[in-house]
Amino acid sequence: MSAREQPAQEERFVLRLYIAGQTPKCVRAFTNLKQICEEYLADRYRIEIIDLLENPQLARGDQILAVPTLVRQLPEPVKKIIGDLSNTERVLVGLDLRRV
Amino acid sequence: MSDLSDVAPSVLAKVPSGINGLDEITGGGLPAGRPTLVCGGPGSGKTLVGLSFLVNGARRFGEPGVLISFEESTRDLACDVASLGFDVPGLIAAGKLFVDYIHIDRNEIEETGEYDLEGLFVRLECAVRQVGAKRVVLDTIESLFGGFSNEGVLRAELRRLLRWLKQRDLTTVITGERGSETLTRQGLEEYVTDAVILLDHRVRDELSTRRLRIVKYRGSFHGTNEYPFLIDEQGLSVLPVTSLRLDHPAPMERVSTGVPPLDAMLGGLGFYKGSTVLLSGTAGTGKTSLAATFADAACRRGEKCIYFLLEESPKQMMRNMRSIGIDLRQWSESGLLHMLAERPSRFGLEAHLAAMYRAIDELSPETVVVDSISDLLSLGGQAEVQAMLTRLIDYLKTRAVTVLFSSLSPGGSEFQESHAGVSSLMDAWILVKLELAGGERHREISVLKARGIAHSSRVYDFKMTERGFQFTAAKG
Repeated sequence: MSAREQPAQEERFVLRLYIAGQTPKCVRAFTNLKQICEEYLADRYRIEIIDLLENPQLARGDQILAVPTLVRQLPEPVKKIIGDLSNTERVLVGLDLRRV
Repeated sequence: MSDLSDVAPSVLAKVPSGINGLDEITGGGLPAGRPTLVCGGPGSGKTLVGLSFLVNGARRFGEPGVLISFEESTRDLACDVASLGFDVPGLIAAGKLFVDYIHIDRNEIEETGEYDLEGLFVRLECAVRQVGAKRVVLDTIESLFGGFSNEGVLRAELRRLLRWLKQRDLTTVITGERGSETLTRQGLEEYVTDAVILLDHRVRDELSTRRLRIVKYRGSFHGTNEYPFLIDEQGLSVLPVTSLRLDHPAPMERVSTGVPPLDAMLGGLGFYKGSTVLLSGTAGTGKTSLAATFADAACRRGEKCIYFLLEESPKQMMRNMRSIGIDLRQWSESGLLHMLAERPSRFGLEAHLAAMYRAIDELSPETVVVDSISDLLSLGGQAEVQAMLTRLIDYLKTRAVTVLFSSLSPGGSEFQESHAGVSSLMDAWILVKLELAGGERHREISVLKARGIAHSSRVYDFKMTERGFQFTAAKG
């Protein structure tokens, strides 16, 4: 049984949110992400924020084009979710927290 | 949407692409600091146009460049173009080229609300800054449409991207896949309004030909024809029209044909230097002998000469010419004479002409012989060959190269009609033929035309002997 289908309860999430300055979209994405994490992943998540205006060279590594982009680093496989994360249902699907 | 800051200055600055021929037909290259759209079907050479533009910029014009590749990884690209003499890894190492491979896989991406493509801008800016780029290639930006579903965002971002590039004065090539009814599938021509180049790749009579056309070039004069172009180990070249007008130099100097009696028929002095001469005749009339004598005379004057052989090998030709007292080997050994032999069927017409251009460019001859053009005529339609020949002649004229084309007339119809297509391009026309008289064939020579020369209108009999040509006035 793979992690993709049913993440173990104690599995830790490492999430990386790419933003480009404090634009409304980026701020919204962070607020939404924080809320979702608190609700579904309380105490087992870590959020890294990468501001591409400060670290532009990091955009290549994760193949970032769209901003904001959320990358699920762990658990594997790596998944990408773009947009301001305002559609909670799709964020949950994207994070494999809810099956389609 | 109009933006006054985008209005072109009165004199449009251009940036050389360094692609053979393209800079000639565009009158100097691509619009400086503006985007050019290069579109065409799969395999039409779009990426190569972009890459040539970048590599030439970095290598020859001191303009570093950035390639944003949406289709091929850096390594694949480097391999693909290594055979064309492009050292992509070397340029990257030298800090003259930056390649960013952008990979988009829609399946990996979930869309959950509003976004923009700031990441692309950030990456581009980063790349441009790293090498101090003046040139950018986006190959092909349409891939974005496969990666994101929100077309509205994409189109707005595309528009912003083009503005961004212009504001930074970056000369950009954007490639696009040809659409069924539009120039590009995603209508990129709507955004890139300065210059549009269309590439086409088709196969006709089992010969593949590539064509290039400037669809649009705002604020600039440009050739509107379809120009053949080719891709070979030397990279990409558009078969040039070096001169779109008739303003060649007209030297007064005359050059001997190497045959004193023929010189005598041409006002005693031979052809004008830089003129274009047609030597036509039926089989076995001595065309090659006359052509070889002409080449020999050029070498005697110390001129560099290229002899394009399309019918026999240099060795065979040198052997045969010894029988009429002409020693071409000495000139070949001293480096004055270059005999270049190629079977006509080996490549298409374009490739032949390109090889000729290259040899002429490299060796800078003063005299050129093409023996014979009939072999080239067999490779294409009349209009096509004529266009090609016009280009070659133009090219030679601007360099004041004297050229002699030999041509085989089909038996029995050695008259003007058989050369209707090409004769108007020629400054002089010498006709040789075999006549039957008294149970013997004898050769006749006459000057049909010679622009600017008071030439003889008499027909002469001639013989080829080990001491050269002997002319006698024809009877009757």
